[in-house]
Amino acid sequence: MINLNINGKEHAVDVDPDMPLLWVLRDTLGMMGTKFGCGIAQCGSCTVQLDGVATRACATPVSAVASAKITTIEGLSADGSHPIQKAWVAHQVPQCGYCQSGMIMAVDALLKTTPKPTDAEIGAAITNICRCGTYARVRDAIHDIANV
Amino acid sequence: MNKIMKLDRRNFLKAGAAVGGGLMLGFHIPAANAAPAKNAEINAWVVVGADDSVLIRVAHSEMGQGAMTGLAQLVAEELGCDWNKVRTEFVDPRLNITRNKVYGGMATVGSRAIRSSQEYVRKAGASARMMLVSAAASRWKVSAADCAVKEGVISHAASGRTLTYGAVAEAAAKIAPPTQVTLKDPATWTIAGQPKMRLDMDEKVTGKAFYAIDVRLDGMLYAAIAQSPVFGGKLKSYDETALKNAKGVRKIVALPNAVAVVADSYWEAQKAVRALPIEWNNGGNEKVSSASIATFLGEGLAAKDVPVARNDGDVEKVLASAAKTISAEYRVPYLSHAAMEPMNCTVRFNADGTLDVWAPTQNAEAILGAAARSSGLEPLKINVHLSYSGGGFGRRGGAAPGDYVDQAVAIAKAAGAPVKLVWSREEDIQHDFYRPISSAKMTAALGADGMPVAWNTRISGHSIMSTANPAAIKNNMDQGFLVLFHDNVYDVPNVKVDYAMRNTHVPVGYWRSVNHSQNAYFRESFLDELAHAAGQDPYEYRRKLLHKAPKQLAVLEACAKAADWGKPLPTGQFRGIAQIDGYGSYAAAVAEISMNADGTPHVHRIVQAIDPGYAVNPDAIKAQMEGSVAWTLSAALYGEITIKDGRVEQGNFDRYRMLLLNKMPKVETVVVPSGGFWGGIGEPGGPAVVPALINAMLAATGKPTRSLPIIKRGTTV
Repeated sequence: MINLNINGKEHAVDVDPDMPLLWVLRDTLGMMGTKFGCGIAQCGSCTVQLDGVATRACATPVSAVASAKITTIEGLSADGSHPIQKAWVAHQVPQCGYCQSGMIMAVDALLKTTPKPTDAEIGAAITNICRCGTYARVRDAIHDIANV
Repeated sequence: MNKIMKLDRRNFLKAGAAVGGGLMLGFHIPAANAAPAKNAEINAWVVVGADDSVLIRVAHSEMGQGAMTGLAQLVAEELGCDWNKVRTEFVDPRLNITRNKVYGGMATVGSRAIRSSQEYVRKAGASARMMLVSAAASRWKVSAADCAVKEGVISHAASGRTLTYGAVAEAAAKIAPPTQVTLKDPATWTIAGQPKMRLDMDEKVTGKAFYAIDVRLDGMLYAAIAQSPVFGGKLKSYDETALKNAKGVRKIVALPNAVAVVADSYWEAQKAVRALPIEWNNGGNEKVSSASIATFLGEGLAAKDVPVARNDGDVEKVLASAAKTISAEYRVPYLSHAAMEPMNCTVRFNADGTLDVWAPTQNAEAILGAAARSSGLEPLKINVHLSYSGGGFGRRGGAAPGDYVDQAVAIAKAAGAPVKLVWSREEDIQHDFYRPISSAKMTAALGADGMPVAWNTRISGHSIMSTANPAAIKNNMDQGFLVLFHDNVYDVPNVKVDYAMRNTHVPVGYWRSVNHSQNAYFRESFLDELAHAAGQDPYEYRRKLLHKAPKQLAVLEACAKAADWGKPLPTGQFRGIAQIDGYGSYAAAVAEISMNADGTPHVHRIVQAIDPGYAVNPDAIKAQMEGSVAWTLSAALYGEITIKDGRVEQGNFDRYRMLLLNKMPKVETVVVPSGGFWGGIGEPGGPAVVPALINAMLAATGKPTRSLPIIKRGTTV
């Protein structure tokens, strides 16, 4: 059994310690907001936070996160009331939406350490792939949140 | 409130306030979550609840392009309902069978969702409105002509009476639909034509949006797959003893050209399929490489006696006697779609002989067809569960939409349990239907005034239609492959366009903007070479050649104006411009760049203009145009699928590189709908961006860029 703290709740899971956190979230616990995109930590669709730090769950073995506080999109806010979610709606950021859970979790982690990021800081921190190409709106929405 | 007001960019306070009080964000509260109310189906598209909720059915797929919202806007506009009470539902493709194709074509391809269905969905909304008004008029015993409608409330001015849609919905459903329906003048639109917030936003920022890959079923197993790396290869054998001790593995399923491993979790299935030693019969294509394909296409550029698509005047004669000719060969590589949601399909055979299927798609009817074909069941026994699609870009609706469905049906049948098949990213990139490789040889003659008097174009490449729709091929001519050339609107007196079909073993298909994606680059970049040789401004050069094409000229001028064409840029920055028509729309782009020390461009700003005729949701149009910039810059800067030993060399995003946010330029879009026609949105935006960028590089360096991707420029494809 591996004990996990996810969104403030304790979970005991009986899985192989090598199993990536992504598949524990999705297949074992049924938390489907975190997405599979590449499996090699390139695209960021699976981004969650470990103790507030953006982490790609597809390449993170579950055994490595037992002591961490894990936050997923479901833990950001269930009702869309988080400032990033509000800004995302105001700017109509998502298109297909598939990458956005990971994108939002990465942005939240950035804003925790850098509340008013420059374009360069946003570019350096947000390396999630969005095939629909929502990048310009992501950047605009981040600046709006930072300027509130 | 201050916080929200600052975030307000697109009228969302207005929309939110209308929903009713508090810190509303324009979230649509689905009526399904409210107390159940009796619903009356007014017609195939419109269901009105006793609580005044309005359900609008959407027959096309929502893969990010915003068609779900745009189509609902068109129906709601004619219906005259309260937009804040609208929710949507995807159409079950079985209904299109049982209701005699009332929902028209469901394929969401060719930027056609709105333009191909706008008339019948608007008529459905108008017809439903007339039935609701008629029901109110009968109740009041007055003439329907004396009743008015506003936001779902019917009123009779003379008597001051009102009734809501919900109050008369049941009666309206029993009225015969009108035979004559008049549609509103788009100039009077209040719901359509507005930058309404998308109906899928709240789900997509909370992780609640449902994609096919998210389905979970009791007793469901997971499958991972390995397909023949060489296209056309077949499975020879595999050594199952290697998985004897593999945890969680339930079954190995052999398919004609693949092996699937079924396990208790996806991770176990994926690990096992990678550990499984597999031998393939390669089928004879194992020696094909990018180099051999380049030679094959190059031979096509020189071939005699190929079919001619257009022959105005006498190109050969004019070229032979011209004082000044310019000739160039351009090349583009294969490209993969790489939609963010990998190919997946979940299948459950039920005890009562029915089948459930979940799959991301651009065409629910095609999923139904594929599941029926591969299961042998009657289509009406198959329930296609509809979901959002995590991108599509042509991969899930075009040349072979059924490959992943066929596999999942076979695997679930063999496993005797519900199975979710998920392709790895490597399988996705290595088993695509690729944007075809293509080459163009163009030769032009310039007159004394520097303007082209003859333009000869030969295109050599792998025809999409040769496999997607062979009936469209006549005498080895694939007309679609020559788009923007056979219908080139530039006024040149002598024009010849011909085609050398050079089909390889690599599967090809529809990739966002299809042949416009290649030919816009060929045509518009070569045109800039001509303007450059003539010593003329490329914008003014185009304007002269477009004097017989007012719509193309107008969108070019709108774009140039928005981009301040002609005004000086900071030192080291350069502009390029291009224009195209396609998918029923007209589009132009201006790129502003500077050159990096390594010879690659730094793109500062892209300005675009589009004339789609009517703009159903201007903000959604801008979003598509912005997205097209990212899509097309990924391709132009980095995109290349190469072949070695008959197989694709790239496997994941580490080697099939994508544009990231740090390289995303500022994008400004001007929407200039001129009315009178309905153009598409998803695909017209990208094609002009590449040549605008390439032309800015020509302005910066004086050198043309005749092959893509840019990171490999100067090398052969």
